[in-house]
Amino acid sequence: MKINVDYTKCTGLGICESFAPEVFEVDDNGDLVLSTDTVPEGMLDAVRQAVTGCPTEALRLEP
Amino acid sequence: MTRRLVVVGASLSGLRAVEGARKAGFDGRITLIGAEEHLPYDRPPLSKAFLDGGAEVPFFRDESVLTGELDVELVLGTRATGLDVGQQVVRAGGWDVPYDGLVIATGATARTLPGAEELAGVHTLRTLDDALAVREALDARARTVVIGAGFIGSEVASGARKRGLPVTVVEAAPTPLVRAVGAMGAPCSALHLANGTDLRCGTAVVALEGEGRVERVRLADGSVIEADLVVVGAGAVAETRWLEGSGLRLDNGVVCDETLAAGPPGVYAAGDVARWYNPLFERHMRLEHWSSAAEQGAAAGAAAALPGTAKPYETVPYFWSDWYDTRIQFVGTPDSDEVSIALGDVESNRFVALYRSGDRLVGALALNKQREIMKFRALIARRASWSDALDFAAMRRELIPGGVR
Repeated sequence: MKINVDYTKCTGLGICESFAPEVFEVDDNGDLVLSTDTVPEGMLDAVRQAVTGCPTEALRLEP
Repeated sequence: MTRRLVVVGASLSGLRAVEGARKAGFDGRITLIGAEEHLPYDRPPLSKAFLDGGAEVPFFRDESVLTGELDVELVLGTRATGLDVGQQVVRAGGWDVPYDGLVIATGATARTLPGAEELAGVHTLRTLDDALAVREALDARARTVVIGAGFIGSEVASGARKRGLPVTVVEAAPTPLVRAVGAMGAPCSALHLANGTDLRCGTAVVALEGEGRVERVRLADGSVIEADLVVVGAGAVAETRWLEGSGLRLDNGVVCDETLAAGPPGVYAAGDVARWYNPLFERHMRLEHWSSAAEQGAAAGAAAALPGTAKPYETVPYFWSDWYDTRIQFVGTPDSDEVSIALGDVESNRFVALYRSGDRLVGALALNKQREIMKFRALIARRASWSDALDFAAMRRELIPGGVR
């Protein structure tokens, strides 16, 4: 699964980092940085929670 | 018999209750009852980007998604007026709506001032209609007075300043935000002064005056401020009036256990109206935050729809606010024995303050430290000790030359 970020929607609130810090990190400019755009082994549930938990609906999972 | 889920309250928590029930596999009937005419919409933008103009109304879903994909009966513009937990019916708009599972997600209602309804130009900022009225007044270049230096009021002030409008914030307490961020209220409120907002603390409003429409605000210290727009930001009260006499335990919200269950069969509460037992902090909490409203809604919806599936819900509270060009983020609870600046410094408006209760880290406040805050949220979730938190902060400081960036 691929992680797709809509950077026009993301405001760097960091909830995704809370659920899956191995994948998501917000920098001090408030920009989201992904360590990988492919969901790592065993992290699908955490990434799903990050997608659902995003207040700006900036994250999507794609096959 | 098909099981029926009724969700009362059609904002974030109510919507997530519906989605949570469907995601958990519930294929019964779902009815969503909302007091406002509008489809569910998102509230945080209303006091932020929406006030700047241009932004569209932040509806969550198209009506077709709600009634089609999610197969929900929408009952909007209809206020619930009563609950009978024995008969298992909700009274709404003169109808009795029977339920098997119920989610109470009626949120909170903005406090206002006595007499405020009689004058045009005086608003709270909670609903979409409120936001439209405030935005229209700002479009007309209103001289603005904000009553209450809390988060909503401060965001309104920030929005008005962005447009170059004169703004005064009046706060009855000597220091703003004491309940929200404890000792760190002062550095937050300093942002107002730095951005040209007139902040008057320690003085109460005695009267709103005008002929049909507000013209001035009179303060206890004798001063008078000319105003075309007054926004009352005095907090919100859990919307439980319709539940009086229902037998539910009401005490600053619907009192729930750790699974969000309110007591009677099938009845759960979620979002701003719920005061539930948060196992992480070993006490009841009522939060008015986006994340907990969404998560509680999803959990309560699944639990109410599918009996026997309820699970404890715990969270580290998180809220954010945008003032001028500063992002303020808070995680955990401000109820603490000690507050200490762990990263950065107050003067630069870039810092993390940590909150200690006993020997535990219980809270963290960040100004323009988006990279750090969630790392401390994770520590709080792990029930980290204060000394572990300080060690972690020291390690982060080493990563950041000079401690500021």
